[in-house]
Amino acid sequence: MIRFTDVHKRYTNQYEALSGLSFELDKGEMAFLTGHSGAGKSTLLKLIALIERSSSGQVWVNNQNLTRLPKWKVPYYRRKIGLVFQDHNLLHDRTVFDNVALPLIIAGENHREIGRRVRAALDKVGLLGKERNLPIALSGGEQQRVGIARAVVNRPPVLLADEPTGNLDPELSLEIMHLFEQFNQVGVTVFIATHDHELISRLSYRHIALHQGRLA
Amino acid sequence: MLSLNLPNYLLRHLQVMLYSLGQLTRTPVASVMTVLVIGIAIALPAGLYVMLHNIEKVTNQWDDASQISVFLQHTTNDSRGKQLASQLTSWPDIESVDYRSASEALNEFRELSGMDEILDTLPKNPLPPVLLIHPTKSAQQEAIQQLLERLQAMQEVELAELDMAWLQRLRTINETGQRGITIIAVLLSISVLLVIGNTIRLAILSRQTEIKVIKLVGGTNAFVRRPFLYTGFWYGLVGGIIAWLTLLITLLAINGPINKLASLYESQFNLEWLSGQMFISLPLFGLILGVMGAWLAVGRHLNDIEPS
Ligand SMILES: Nc1ncnc2c1ncn2[C@@H]1O[C@H](COP(=O)(O)OP(=O)(O)O)[C@@H](O)[C@H]1O
Ligand SMILES: [Mg+2]
Repeated sequence: MIRFTDVHKRYTNQYEALSGLSFELDKGEMAFLTGHSGAGKSTLLKLIALIERSSSGQVWVNNQNLTRLPKWKVPYYRRKIGLVFQDHNLLHDRTVFDNVALPLIIAGENHREIGRRVRAALDKVGLLGKERNLPIALSGGEQQRVGIARAVVNRPPVLLADEPTGNLDPELSLEIMHLFEQFNQVGVTVFIATHDHELISRLSYRHIALHQGRLA
Repeated sequence: MLSLNLPNYLLRHLQVMLYSLGQLTRTPVASVMTVLVIGIAIALPAGLYVMLHNIEKVTNQWDDASQISVFLQHTTNDSRGKQLASQLTSWPDIESVDYRSASEALNEFRELSGMDEILDTLPKNPLPPVLLIHPTKSAQQEAIQQLLERLQAMQEVELAELDMAWLQRLRTINETGQRGITIIAVLLSISVLLVIGNTIRLAILSRQTEIKVIKLVGGTNAFVRRPFLYTGFWYGLVGGIIAWLTLLITLLAINGPINKLASLYESQFNLEWLSGQMFISLPLFGLILGVMGAWLAVGRHLNDIEPS
């Protein structure tokens, strides 16, 4: 599903954030991406989401060579990738419903379908009753669940999460991880960057460990 | 996946359109000021245009009635004058001839000028009898010129004058004015573009986070651009309507005096109102400028805002 072959990433004139990275993630797999702060976890996920492009090497996602993907196709590609961030990236002047509906509105879904799928996604993350609230009125864990609902609302085959539990206490963190497990159980490929070793030691999934931009 | 569902598509556009309008009402003061600037910038050249258009209309009206004034010598008496008038009527290029005796001319002048007292002090009537000659409608410029020369050559004629020379001058001024207005209109259109462009630029900057999030979840540039284009659309449209209202009010205000002036000159002149055409063209012009200005601004800034 996700394949890196000898990928290098150099930000403007700096040393390499990623160097000579090769690995593969199967369809339907769930894996953790670990490593110290600055190891290159975010950079790796950004390459998959095409927020950044590799300096050399190839990135393949869902049998598509991202190195070759023209710029105008990027938005359509991103619709097939669910993204979850540490700081949620919610729009604070819109309701929970409108936040979750955003990917569907962008994809041009019709009104009834939007309502149906937003409620299904909110139900999955246990926030059905809060759809009229503004994000500000929710707790950190709830905001993160809104972010997750938004990431899965258009049923992407791949779900990426960058430190999704970074701001949450251990109990809430575990809850969030169980949520990801549920999506993985219905076939979604899940890739989660985290440096919370304590948390992932409680879960038995593959680890891909980075150390200074290389596989450790 | 890319099914083109037309009603759905239009509905989405309508939603964005109304959403943009809603956004504008959130900052009423700023929006009103922007819209006023646009309105005035459009109203100014449009107002000048209406003025010139009216002047042109009047001069055309006079063009049809181009006439030759033939001033006879003072010594010519009424019966000779009338005789000449009926003679001339039979000339090929002449449609009709009015004879105006010296005393009639004086009375007319008295009425129009209101200079009764001065006229009373004159020892004798300074005005000569006049033949007002209307050439046939079909007479060309050249024929009229020849006619003028023939009249001038007649014995009793002191002076034959085509009442057109000044009209020619007015036309030239008018044409010059029209060029000037075109330039003013172009300059003001550019300033409307800049005003809208700058307003949209600020709107874009204030919504950077939102734009980034939209791009992160797969929003195309077209999707991001759309609400800003509609913002420009509303600015331009409302600005155009304000321009139209400004003109309407101005014309209402000067219509009275102009009609009075026209009646003084025995003219049938009525100020031509902004026709239905104007009502459509000003807002249309405004909204085209609005969308263009927004397009330019969004084009310049959209690519700079990428998620990182
Ligand atoms: N936009 C950027 N420009 C320049 N350097 C960057 C940028 N993003 C990350 N880096 C650098 O790349 C390295 C890896 O960063 P990152 O991928 O964020 O690591 P992690 O997420 O594991 O903490 C760091 O040294 C960081 O300073
Ligand atoms: Mg990081």
